[in-house]
Amino acid sequence: MSLAFYLAFKEIWRNKGRFLLVSLVIALITLLVLFIAALGEGLGTNNREYISKLDGQLVVFLEKSDYIISASRLRQSTLRAVRRVEGVEDAGPISTSSTAILLPPGSKNEVLKVSLLGVEAGRPGFPQLTAGRTFLSATAREVIVDQRVLDRTDIQIGDTITVRSTQGVEDEFYDLKVVGTTSGQAYFFQPSIFVTPSVWEKIRPKSDAELGNTVAAINIIVVRLKDSTQIEQMKEKLLSSVKNIEVADIQTTINNIPGYSAQQGTVQTQGGFTLLIGILVIGGFFQIQVLQKVPQIGVLKAIGASNPVVGAAAVIQISLVTAFGVAIGGLLTYLFSLGFPPTVPLFFNGAASALALVALLLIGPLGGLVSVIYAVRIEPLKALRLS
Amino acid sequence: MSVIVTHPIQNIIAEKQSEAKPIALEVRNVVKTFLTDTGPINAVDDVSFSVRQGEFVALVGPSGSGKTTMLSILAALLTPTSGQVLIDGQDLARMNERERVRLRREKIGFTFQSNNLIPFLNALENVELMLRLNNRLDKAGRIRSAELLARLGLGERLYNLPSQMSGGQQQRVAIARALIHSPTVVLADEPTASLDTERAFQVVQTFAALIHENDRAGIMVTHDLRMCQYVDRVLQMRDGKLVRIYETRAEILALAQGGEH
Ligand SMILES: Nc1ncnc2c1ncn2[C@@H]1O[C@H](COP(=O)(O)OP(=O)(O)O)[C@@H](O)[C@H]1O
Ligand SMILES: [Mg+2]
Repeated sequence: MSLAFYLAFKEIWRNKGRFLLVSLVIALITLLVLFIAALGEGLGTNNREYISKLDGQLVVFLEKSDYIISASRLRQSTLRAVRRVEGVEDAGPISTSSTAILLPPGSKNEVLKVSLLGVEAGRPGFPQLTAGRTFLSATAREVIVDQRVLDRTDIQIGDTITVRSTQGVEDEFYDLKVVGTTSGQAYFFQPSIFVTPSVWEKIRPKSDAELGNTVAAINIIVVRLKDSTQIEQMKEKLLSSVKNIEVADIQTTINNIPGYSAQQGTVQTQGGFTLLIGILVIGGFFQIQVLQKVPQIGVLKAIGASNPVVGAAAVIQISLVTAFGVAIGGLLTYLFSLGFPPTVPLFFNGAASALALVALLLIGPLGGLVSVIYAVRIEPLKALRLS
Repeated sequence: MSVIVTHPIQNIIAEKQSEAKPIALEVRNVVKTFLTDTGPINAVDDVSFSVRQGEFVALVGPSGSGKTTMLSILAALLTPTSGQVLIDGQDLARMNERERVRLRREKIGFTFQSNNLIPFLNALENVELMLRLNNRLDKAGRIRSAELLARLGLGERLYNLPSQMSGGQQQRVAIARALIHSPTVVLADEPTASLDTERAFQVVQTFAALIHENDRAGIMVTHDLRMCQYVDRVLQMRDGKLVRIYETRAEILALAQGGEH
């Protein structure tokens, strides 16, 4: 096989320009694919991050809400019932909504849109604090904010922020004191701020019809199990013990966030098509090259090079060119990513990027397969007959 | 530094010496039939001859007479329809494809009409390739390769790529490649086709000298009868048949002086 390596390497070395060009095309495809993967990861993370970090195994929804968080409305009594089910260690309510924080005059934007989440202190659903403290009481006008809010504003612990919320047809403003911070808690493409359920009920945006309604609405209940291996059994148990609910695990909950699956699917399709283009480009290049090399390969075989040597040389060559291209592309992607502000939803550290890299390394051998087979099938007699 | 064989008289001596030498290549009643749209063609039709070590033979004949087909059969690139080819006493027909590939790299040296060299290897690497193929490239092999090229007048061209050499220089590199691994049989298909007359004489002359010196069995296909002055025997083909053999010096020289056909 050292002969195959020798032939593959010498040919690249003596035709650096031509092979570099292909490597650069592969590098650009790599750049594109990695960005698409990073975008998918970034968008996905911004959508599911809070849910994916929930301190529990199961999520309780209202019956027939199709696991859509915003479509699910649960009562306080349901929460109590869930907590009483044997095997449930703890359960916490989550209420979701969307609102805006007013920014000081002179800021680039007037407001910062955030997800307003109502959670009980210390219960599942309550985020892990990175600094500060939890709510002093269930009615305290206090707020815990995601690090992303801090990244995008000058807000600090101890500050008072103003939330703008539409009540019926009027805009109302509520002051909240920042008492703690958490990190990595995006939900529905917005950084999150956390308040107690009763504060949430008070300040959440409401339609005219909702204004008179005093029943605190819980969207979902996060359930932490005593035995986290009993997910399926506990799901059944909850369904049989508590009325009018449906239960999903965390991943199902994520997949049913409106638009989440569709968006991920779109991004994955884009990535897939870009890989396909890569395969075609590499396939085309090496196919044209092997056609030009028919006499040369004929000579090699006529003077005694075996088919395995010729085939291996072709595979090694394609792999080297692809690996080099992917390496350049990876480096370019890294350099570009350094220049992006934290607000751009690009995540290069996910499994998606690793998967994309593996796929990229495979496009060479896949694309070049036809040309390798062609090279192996060239008859040594061509050396005599073409001349 | 090329070897100068000043007069064909030396070839006579070589021929005389080779009479006693063992047979390197033997062709017995070889027939090659191609089935074409217009019916079967006997491209080679019952040809028999043998070549001894140290003997240089020319294969001549008009276009379509079966020379290339014959050469392909000798090189184990084509299987005859019937008949036998023996190299060092081994019957090619009894070999499988692997053994034939091995035979080609161990016992056969090749030069082709054109596209001889691997374009991305320099002159020295092209010659060394033959040793690499046989897994025999060592320091001594490298030195011998360079020496052989120097002998062929390419001492200054060792590191030139084929594209940086003239047709004649490339042909000489191919000759070095065809000889470096000490093959039993050296096959050359129209080695002078792309050369001017003067170059052609030089190349064939050196080729002949090396075959004689190293006791190879050389077979050269040529359409240029003037080149026959350097060979020991001329086999003339027509319509796939071996129609005439020129064996004496006088016959060969008369043929060679008749010029190109
Ligand atoms: N693969 C083939 N299929 C059919 N006919 C062939 C094939 N190869 C050679 N021939 C025929 O065999 C005859 C001898 O050809 P060739 O050996 O090339 O002659 P030369 O080399 O003397 O010009 C020609 O008539 C040629 O058309
Ligand atoms: Mg021919």
